[in-house]
Amino acid sequence: MGEKEKLPGHYLKSREMYELPGLVEYQPQAKYRFSAGQAQTRFLEGLKEGKIMGVRCPRCGRVYVPPRAYCEYCYAATSEWVELPGTGVIHTAVISYISTFRERLEKPEIVGVVRLDAPGYKEDSYEFAGLFHKLCGVAEEDVKSGKAIGMRVKPRWRPPEERVGDVNDIECFEPVEEG
Amino acid sequence: MREVMGVRMNLHVKDRVAVVGAGITLFRRRLLETPRELAWEAAKMALDNAGLTLADIDCVVIGTAPDAFDGIHFNGEYLADGAGGYGKPTVRVYVGGGTGVFVPIAAWWHVASGLCNTVLAVAEEKMSPAHPHPQGVFAYIWDPVLERPLGPNLIWIFAMEMRRYMHRCGATKEDIALVSVKNKRNALDHPAAQAAANITVEDVLNSETLVWPVNRLDISPVSDGAAALILAREREARRITDTPIWVEGIGWSLDNTHWYNRELGYPRYVQYAARMAYRMAGIERPWKEIDVAEPYDPFDYKELHHIEGLMLARPCEAPELLKEGWFDRDGELPTSPSGGLLGVGNPIAAAGLMKAAEIFWQLRYEAGRRQAKKPVHKGVAQAWGDLMQVGTVIVMSN
Repeated sequence: MGEKEKLPGHYLKSREMYELPGLVEYQPQAKYRFSAGQAQTRFLEGLKEGKIMGVRCPRCGRVYVPPRAYCEYCYAATSEWVELPGTGVIHTAVISYISTFRERLEKPEIVGVVRLDAPGYKEDSYEFAGLFHKLCGVAEEDVKSGKAIGMRVKPRWRPPEERVGDVNDIECFEPVEEG
Repeated sequence: MREVMGVRMNLHVKDRVAVVGAGITLFRRRLLETPRELAWEAAKMALDNAGLTLADIDCVVIGTAPDAFDGIHFNGEYLADGAGGYGKPTVRVYVGGGTGVFVPIAAWWHVASGLCNTVLAVAEEKMSPAHPHPQGVFAYIWDPVLERPLGPNLIWIFAMEMRRYMHRCGATKEDIALVSVKNKRNALDHPAAQAAANITVEDVLNSETLVWPVNRLDISPVSDGAAALILAREREARRITDTPIWVEGIGWSLDNTHWYNRELGYPRYVQYAARMAYRMAGIERPWKEIDVAEPYDPFDYKELHHIEGLMLARPCEAPELLKEGWFDRDGELPTSPSGGLLGVGNPIAAAGLMKAAEIFWQLRYEAGRRQAKKPVHKGVAQAWGDLMQVGTVIVMSN
């Protein structure tokens, strides 16, 4: 098929679409309640106590965060729970100017992936224990220059009375003060 | 584990499989046609192209991405008659954004197994019904317990991967913007194209920053559209056409949804999928043996990421080769000569199948002004999807 082929399809401008006869508007009404399951319920209870809990595979020794009920590599049940220090390094970080529904944010938000200090992985291994979360106290310039990547961070916990067993019990990850 | 994923496998192929026809609709932000009308238009064009009628087709494979875009549950069943599946063994396959290339993969095994002589493979996507923007629909792909409470936007995850790739490879936003410039330029010669343009690196850098490092022109558009291929076993294919395009290898691989538990700078699952396909095709040095490629490019950095995953360049080598013109239409290894998702558009499943169709047209020397300058014998098309976790690969030859 060359560049001149006449192809089927009728393009509509935005206004033309809204003027179509019989245009139907519909909004699904659906509500869900998700149980966190065997492994993650325990993890969320840990967050409420201000702890980041991982779970170890008895065969390969990997410590999973977020925890799973089974080791996906060995396909064995995980069993032994381990409290991690919560510290780690920034694997990647970005600056968001938009919300979930693409509205412009007044104040940009920095989010990223934290590679956690956890036993069971070789240094620089392809897979690792880690969390996706907000980052605070990290400058936009450091995200852009790359200085933020590899920066050591720790969780900033909400006060105990505000924690509910939710991923937001961690307010964000913030740089570990040096010295 | 590493040996199981993609390398060790048993293959018992009954019939050699060829692609004998292709069809496509316009790709546009909004089309009047319903999803099944789009499927019908693309499928009819593919049948006409092959000189066949629906009576010549044994089985039908349909691909469409999450039901939530079209807004219709059991979208495969809804599309069945439009896609030519009435009264036939018909199935819908789905692996997120990887679906478009997974459709001809599934069609291949329908034929290679000896089950069907001819298969009509149709991919369709209609993203325009979702209001005010399909971005909101993507909210439901995130893990409900650990991710949704953070209020993520789909672009976050791409930005995180792009940032990691830049860090790992020392690539700049300027280096990456060149992909968008190349693909939108290539799309000027594609009759379905929605976002073809002559733009500069500065235009990309000056477009709206959505989630740094991603600007608006780093991303493919939202689209409606459909595409179709016809696959046949060798005996039928030689009867249908003098220029069948052979499917030499297929491969796919899935990682888990814990995307923040792995290195984001290199798509290992794409490499596993590619190794499976190359092994089947007898390709040992893809960077030398592949003449033309359609790596999946929903974002500009993704093309580089996937060129490396497909082993068409060493890890972190793609940005430098791109600058040298290696991947241009008159370069050593043209990539996305169609114009890709960035230029032609991104009706998700249909966009992946458009890439496989482009390899078909390239290998038949039917791509007109899009035709690669060098002689082409072997080509590869690839798609990617889900939560940074699936690679789908098809290798073809003439």
